[in-house]
Amino acid sequence: MKTIKDIGIVGYGAYVPMYRIKNSDIARVWGNDPIRVPVKEKSVPGPDEDACTIACEAARNAILRAALDPKKLGAVWVGTESKPYAVKPTATIVAEVIGATPLINAADWEFACKAGTEALQGALGYVGSGMSDYAMAIGVDTAQGQPADALEYTAAAGGSAMIVGPASEALATYEASCSFVTDTPDFWRRQYEHYPKHASRFTGMPAYFYHITNAAKNLCSEVGKEPNDFDYVIFHQPNAKFPMAAAGMLGVDKEKVIPGLISPYIGNTYAGSAVLGLAAVFDVAKPGDTVLCVSYGSGAGSDAFSFTMTDKIDEVRNNAPNVKSYIGRRVSIDYATYARYRQKIRM
Amino acid sequence: MSVPRHWRESVKRYRLIGSKCKACGKVHYPERTVCPLCKSRELEPFQFKGNGKIYSYTIIWAPPEGYEYCKPYAAALVELEEGEIVTTQLTDCDLEKIEIGMPVEIVLRKLFAYGESGIIVYGYKFRPVLPIL
Amino acid sequence: MEEVAIIGIGCTPVGEPWHKSLRNMAVESTWAAMEDAAIDQVDALIVGNMSSGNFNDQESLGSLIADYAGLGNISAFKVEGACGSGGAAFNAGVMAVASGMHDTVCVTGVEKMTDVVGDNATKILANAADREYESIHGISFVGLNAMIMRRYMYDYNVKKEDLCAFPVNSHKNAVHNKYAMFRQEIKMDAVLNSPMVADPMTLMECAPICDGAASAIITTKERAREYTDTPVIVKGSSLKVDTIGVHDRKTVTSMKATVTAANDAYKQSGLSPSDIQTVELHDAFSIMGAIGLEDLGFAERGKGARFAAEGQIGIGGKLPCCTFGGLKARGHPVGATGLYQIIELSKNLRGEGVVDAECGLAQNIGGTGSTVSVTILGRG
Ligand SMILES: [Zn+2]
Repeated sequence: MKTIKDIGIVGYGAYVPMYRIKNSDIARVWGNDPIRVPVKEKSVPGPDEDACTIACEAARNAILRAALDPKKLGAVWVGTESKPYAVKPTATIVAEVIGATPLINAADWEFACKAGTEALQGALGYVGSGMSDYAMAIGVDTAQGQPADALEYTAAAGGSAMIVGPASEALATYEASCSFVTDTPDFWRRQYEHYPKHASRFTGMPAYFYHITNAAKNLCSEVGKEPNDFDYVIFHQPNAKFPMAAAGMLGVDKEKVIPGLISPYIGNTYAGSAVLGLAAVFDVAKPGDTVLCVSYGSGAGSDAFSFTMTDKIDEVRNNAPNVKSYIGRRVSIDYATYARYRQKIRM
Repeated sequence: MSVPRHWRESVKRYRLIGSKCKACGKVHYPERTVCPLCKSRELEPFQFKGNGKIYSYTIIWAPPEGYEYCKPYAAALVELEEGEIVTTQLTDCDLEKIEIGMPVEIVLRKLFAYGESGIIVYGYKFRPVLPIL
Repeated sequence: MEEVAIIGIGCTPVGEPWHKSLRNMAVESTWAAMEDAAIDQVDALIVGNMSSGNFNDQESLGSLIADYAGLGNISAFKVEGACGSGGAAFNAGVMAVASGMHDTVCVTGVEKMTDVVGDNATKILANAADREYESIHGISFVGLNAMIMRRYMYDYNVKKEDLCAFPVNSHKNAVHNKYAMFRQEIKMDAVLNSPMVADPMTLMECAPICDGAASAIITTKERAREYTDTPVIVKGSSLKVDTIGVHDRKTVTSMKATVTAANDAYKQSGLSPSDIQTVELHDAFSIMGAIGLEDLGFAERGKGARFAAEGQIGIGGKLPCCTFGGLKARGHPVGATGLYQIIELSKNLRGEGVVDAECGLAQNIGGTGSTVSVTILGRG
């Protein structure tokens, strides 16, 4: 899919909470092997954090890099499955916090882990069609895994904001994107339920890998490239293993995946995952580098995007904290503290 | 639970908006409608940058009702770059390492919530300045 | 202006009287004071109370207490100045008599805090500060004072041990006071080792949450002799305010409202700090005792705690303070405290107390120094 106008990413911003719990600690509590764990540790939001506060810091960082008057934004869209309010938009709070109200479209988007890139697709279309000069898309989550469930090891918190604008101001220009969806119930959470459920190994081949590889291949054929032609490749990161396996299936060199692979350090930030990986790549990519980013959301679908870095990246990169700084700012907590912070002890 | 009371203050709390006296130039936080310095009633909104250093602090071990969720937590008087002092909570900080003069920066956090079903009140807190790696 | 005198005093024991309501306590102290003055009617009742609306879901205290005290349809209303409500009510009573508006006035301070549980009481007390810009941040009233304390210790290089002299002194003095809540001595170690409430302030540096009511009957000096041989003369009475927020003060280690109210009261009385023989300090927190001594002119800046630690505030010391246990040990039923101070000072001046004094001073603080009243009383 291409746009009428030439557009790109004019600002980006990340945020990862400070607290970490080691996977070995979770395994110890539930009587599992502390060595065979999906990631080293995962991020845990502090007791005063939620998807909204995370979105706000990511959004502020994006505004700093774009050096944009927030009033020029035509949309603030937040993709998340951990809305602080079931009914009442997170996006209106974010828009107010950054000073983008009131002439703006604000809404929350939901598509499991690809809600963030779904919002990004929307923003690309909004700006690409000329409806607005700028639009902000945020992918953010404070994911909750049921205690003792396999997903408890990875369900993490973090987010990233992308501002879409004219190609002339872009730090990365947009070539094309592809959305690939089917009705595949690999993971879900019913209304009023606290924790999601999943279909175990069914989440692999027919779900994650099928959608990721097909979205990537379709995008590549549209832009006339092979996946391995890109300098950097980011996949949705439910754990440390899946993205590397997807790279293998698509013939992508592993070194191209590593810079955007952050799940081993902070876990799966759900709707924040692919966009945080994208932010981590923006932190290091050089002008002229090409970037392939493929998200995955259960239920199920993938969005794939092709970007090319411009000279502007070198000017704006240091105007806000990078992903590495947030990953490096870490405080280990034990399972009991984690249980308290995440309100796993019901009172 | 008073919704209008929190709504009325929310933007000022989100963006640290106080006032500036058009007559004498003094900036105030919280916002004022009369300048206590020169008694002028001509004031305009003024947004503080949100950078400052700790003037004094405490660690709250016996919180008021509604704030138990993050106990123990630090509170501080933060002297802003622009000169005013703001009362705030500190977040994301090592309670053992806080000291007078420590540089801090604004972040947006949950201040408190009216139980499981009421509104969530967001506002500024301050944290130690994030080291850039 | 008429000179004003105190002709009757009375109070309830401070503590947790579970069976007694707000109105029971207020009526009890009002009648105790009227009996002391040997009268059965007053022209006006002024009530000092901080937060009956929050603690007891009850307003209209002027009517409630006058009604239940059997005083009929007199002039009656409530005065509020947070923890300084009692002092503010007394100041209003003095104005009423001095102006000639009323002949005889009963001032009753009352607070019934134990009708709510602890963390709710902490929240209500935090209403004394700026709710939207201080309390909203989860900072308890102790927390605000702890920040003042930390800055004081930092600016003047003061040790916490010196500040402990205030609670130690107050507890010692409460032993002989049958109306006091804590009638046992404590040691400095106990204060230092008590649980942290708001770092660096520990539990035993803080006045307790409790109930109490205290009353004083005032009339003109001229009329006072008709009622009593030992009238207590109001030589000075002043109330001043400062910014509601600690963050708006030029300095947080001095209370401008104390300094200005004290200057005013000294001027009214023609006295100076060296004439004052005993002081009822508002020692709700140890730090308030230290800053109080400095602001009232008894100690140099930064030397208030040392002054206390050297034993000068003890009963036999240079300036006996909190002679009936102060807020810390007698107890601090917030809106009643200012009146307890007045009656304790009166006892000392009437020769019924523990200090033989001709002249004494009471300082009652509301908020973090946002409302302060200073009263100077002398022998008639
Ligand atoms: Zn001015």
